[in-house]
Amino acid sequence: MSWFTDFTNSSLGKKFIMALTGTLLMLFLIVHFIGNMMLYFGPAAFQKYVETLETVKPLVRVIEIILALIFIFHIYNGVRLWWQNKKADPAKYAVNASRENSDVFSRSMAITGSVIFLFLAFHLSTFWATFNFGTHPETEYPFYTIVSDWFRVPYYSIIYIVSMGFLGFHLNHAFQSAFQTFGLNHKKYTPLIKKIGTVYAVIMALGFASIPFYFLMGGK
Amino acid sequence: MSDNHITLKLKIWRQENKNAKGHFDEFNQKVSPDSSILEMLDEVNNKLEAEGKIPIAFESDCREGICGTCGLAVNGHPHGPLPKTATCQLHMRNFKDGETLYIEPFRAAAFQVIKDLIVDRSGFDKIQQAGGYTSFNTGSAPDANAIPISKTNADLSLDAAECIGCGACVAACKNSSAMLFVSAKVSQFALLPQGQPERYDRVQAMVKVMDENFFGSCTNTYACEAECPKGISVSNIARMNRDYFKAKLCEEKVEG
Amino acid sequence: MIKLNSNVPEGNITEKWSNYKFSMKLVNPANKRKFDIIVVGTGLAGASAAATLGELGYKVKAFTYHDSPRRAHSIAAQGGINAAKNYQNDADSVYRLFYDTVKGGDFRAREANVYRLAEVSNNIIDQCVAQGVPFAREYGGTLANRSFGGAQVSRTFYARGETGQQLLLGAYGSLNRQIHLGNVEIFSRREMLDLVVVDGKAKGIIVRNLLTGETERHSAQAVVLATGGYMNVYYLSTNAMNSNATASWRAHKRGAAFANPAYTQIHPTCLPVHGEAQSKLVLMSESLRNDGRIWVSKKAGDTRPPDQIPESERDYYLERKYPAFGNLVPRDVASRNAKYVCDEGRGVNGGRAVYLDFAEAFNRIGKDAVKDRYGNLFDMYQNITGVDPYEVPMQIYPAPHYAMGGLWVDYNLMSNVPGLFVLGEANFSDHGANRLGASALMQGLADGYFVIPYTIGNYLATEKPEKANPESSEFKEAEKSVRDDVKKLLSINGKQTVDAIHKKLGLVLIDKVGMSRTEKGLNEAIKQIRDLREEFWKDVKVVGKGEELNQTLERAGRVADYLQFGELLAKDALNRNESCGGHFREEYQTPEGEALRRDDEYAYVAAWEYKGPGESELSKENLEFTNIKLATRSYK
Repeated sequence: MSWFTDFTNSSLGKKFIMALTGTLLMLFLIVHFIGNMMLYFGPAAFQKYVETLETVKPLVRVIEIILALIFIFHIYNGVRLWWQNKKADPAKYAVNASRENSDVFSRSMAITGSVIFLFLAFHLSTFWATFNFGTHPETEYPFYTIVSDWFRVPYYSIIYIVSMGFLGFHLNHAFQSAFQTFGLNHKKYTPLIKKIGTVYAVIMALGFASIPFYFLMGGK
Repeated sequence: MSDNHITLKLKIWRQENKNAKGHFDEFNQKVSPDSSILEMLDEVNNKLEAEGKIPIAFESDCREGICGTCGLAVNGHPHGPLPKTATCQLHMRNFKDGETLYIEPFRAAAFQVIKDLIVDRSGFDKIQQAGGYTSFNTGSAPDANAIPISKTNADLSLDAAECIGCGACVAACKNSSAMLFVSAKVSQFALLPQGQPERYDRVQAMVKVMDENFFGSCTNTYACEAECPKGISVSNIARMNRDYFKAKLCEEKVEG
Repeated sequence: MIKLNSNVPEGNITEKWSNYKFSMKLVNPANKRKFDIIVVGTGLAGASAAATLGELGYKVKAFTYHDSPRRAHSIAAQGGINAAKNYQNDADSVYRLFYDTVKGGDFRAREANVYRLAEVSNNIIDQCVAQGVPFAREYGGTLANRSFGGAQVSRTFYARGETGQQLLLGAYGSLNRQIHLGNVEIFSRREMLDLVVVDGKAKGIIVRNLLTGETERHSAQAVVLATGGYMNVYYLSTNAMNSNATASWRAHKRGAAFANPAYTQIHPTCLPVHGEAQSKLVLMSESLRNDGRIWVSKKAGDTRPPDQIPESERDYYLERKYPAFGNLVPRDVASRNAKYVCDEGRGVNGGRAVYLDFAEAFNRIGKDAVKDRYGNLFDMYQNITGVDPYEVPMQIYPAPHYAMGGLWVDYNLMSNVPGLFVLGEANFSDHGANRLGASALMQGLADGYFVIPYTIGNYLATEKPEKANPESSEFKEAEKSVRDDVKKLLSINGKQTVDAIHKKLGLVLIDKVGMSRTEKGLNEAIKQIRDLREEFWKDVKVVGKGEELNQTLERAGRVADYLQFGELLAKDALNRNESCGGHFREEYQTPEGEALRRDDEYAYVAAWEYKGPGESELSKENLEFTNIKLATRSYK
């Protein structure tokens, strides 16, 4: 496996893994997003959606494990890159000109990524744990109730909404950056990719954040 | 060619040697707007020398923006704030009377400060030695017109080959990545038929040495392209990524 | 007197080189690694020589005072490189390139060398293309050519305005490959400060490590100097800040003859001096003269802005004096006439510039067409001067650019000191009294790739030189003299900076030993340079220490050498009682004011031997022109 470790240890290999895992996570986000949007079709539709997933539980478990591995790889690699880059740059300039040569999204990936990681831990320990292992409320549509109950708590919703802001920041760079890392850069389509990336990031961030916002504003 | 001199407050990095702790020295310098920033430093140095003081060490050679020797950061910008301009071509008319300029060496772990504004860029040479060439011995070349090369590819190759090896990309990058520099050389050859026989070995060898020499990794901020005095495009980085992944994941040869 | 044997092989000029290559002695491939060769300088000539010698199997040590071999000033060459490929089917040939170069050099070059240069020019292009040099191409994929510097055929290969950079990076790549393979060891940030001669043969060098200030002894069986030209002696020139004559001069002091120092090329289309702080001059392509018209006011001391000087009061002096060639006269003629009008008080920018005006071209072909042709040059002009040349006429002034003179070498490129080879601009070479455009790159690479690899082998196989012991008295003596020089410079502690004295020297030289020279002026210059030399050793101030990175000390050593070399330059100009190429003596001109060559008396190479500070002895190598008939250049 020497060629493999050789590859994954190289700076480009790490980048490749970052982009690959990141792309898979972005695809997962779309699936997750569609699921969440079920909430807007009412409690029954959402209940139906969750129950359908329950019928293929073993498959969901396998996917969850794969997802977890992807996350771990993404985070582990991110930390390794961050460490390599930390070592490569010992001093900063007296005047910080980075605002004039690069955008804030690209410069803050480690920060936004870290916030998203914390959010993820929070999210898993609440929704995911409750959905899977917690006691479900005795209502007609318990899953919907769980969601609406949580999101009626202001601090909880605000954490979600703010975190989605960070997610949007992260995705805005992530989307086009993955294409660049895979070597897909061309003056014909790169400007379009950048636009799609921004649209994707905005939809994801606003879409996900709209749900806590909806319940916070008194949505039933 | 005006006579309206301006006065600038200069804060210039002084560091006796690589182990010494550096600090900023302050100078008030009157300068002609037609002078380049290096000519202004010449004047500061002349004054220092006349007073028996040690002049500021900085490097320059061609002063035409092509040799890549000069390089210092002005207000956080490698080669100063003017786009696509090397330090030696940065004229003082781009600054305002009374402005404060912070003049620092290129900063990166891979570029150790030797003295004042001079840094050690030998890491670049090591990367080039690993594969920045085609392995033709003198005398073995076929006729120059034996292999036609499309004008598009020749032009793109030259776009990449215009890199002057100054290190501004590394100095601008928040990760001190040398990807723009390395990819420019890799691309120059990847685009030409003469570069094909060693194409995939070259990219692996050069990236390996790049990683060994304390350069960081690319996080696609594109600060390198923005600060590059020759405007080398980050599309070269994408090209290098393609070649590297292909080399590692698809090529028949197993050893890197 | 030195006996100068050019060692030009017998036979027809077209066969000399091939016959000679066959008759040379060869070093057995297995024995090559037993020979150490020192190459000083890593520009086009040095890098190509070091790489090729490494490929052949010699053990090469390459030295540069830069941090990287790629910084050498060859990198700044813009225009292109000539070769007799005849790809354009316009009747070019090796013989025509040979003919043009000898004639362009005003019949002061060695025919056999020039023929060989033309002969190998084609191999250079093949070599560079194989190295991945991205030359300009036609849409069909073949190489593009342009006509350059008044040549009547299109034989110049180019890569935008960065041909020198691309060729140097090609040679740098080949050098890097040999470094990687272990055949070449690179010593960067080392400045050669002496040549070591043992039993009459060059056996090593003394260098100063520019980072630590330590001196080092390096021994080898042969020494190759490729250290460039000496035009920075003028202080302001188009050469790089660090370009210097020290390596050549120190070799000269150890016995190598210096040939034709008075042959200096002063390029007409440079950006003008902006003020006291000016550190160097920047060249703009002379192609600008194709559409620009050069003029000054008819009145001396006219301070009106150019748009307020009516047509009738303008003097388009080149068009007036040379109706046939107009603004396209050769470099030396254009430069000299710019000096004359400025000397008459008609120059602009304080008498240090003339106008280069595109108004007529704007009317004739339109601003857009001018932009298409010269857009990058106009941008460069505006960036540097801050003046928009689309609105206000450009100002230009001549600048010292290229040294045709250099250390004397024979056909083998070996100096009169056996084992010391000199390549590229550092030798007196193939350009005679005037170099044609796009020929410098050709010569540097010809010497390095295709001449020295053969001739050095012949020397090593014939002489079988032993490697000298770096502990020998010759090495120790040379090292001591270098250290003593450093100590002496640091101990003077006078009042003037190194640059201040260098500037004074430059002013004397450009005024009296520049574009136009007279016996009286040259005698004055010699005296002034001597005085300046004395002043330097009494009153210069070199701050800092010797055992550290000390850029002032580096410059001081170079200026000390210029102060000796400058005198030789003036002496050579004084000795040459004729006008030819870049050397113009006002006493020797035709009634129309053109250069008057005196072939009967001066068709020789003036090779000077060092006899102590300010003392030189002249030896002559007569030039014979058996293939090309001596003729006078005329541009009327």
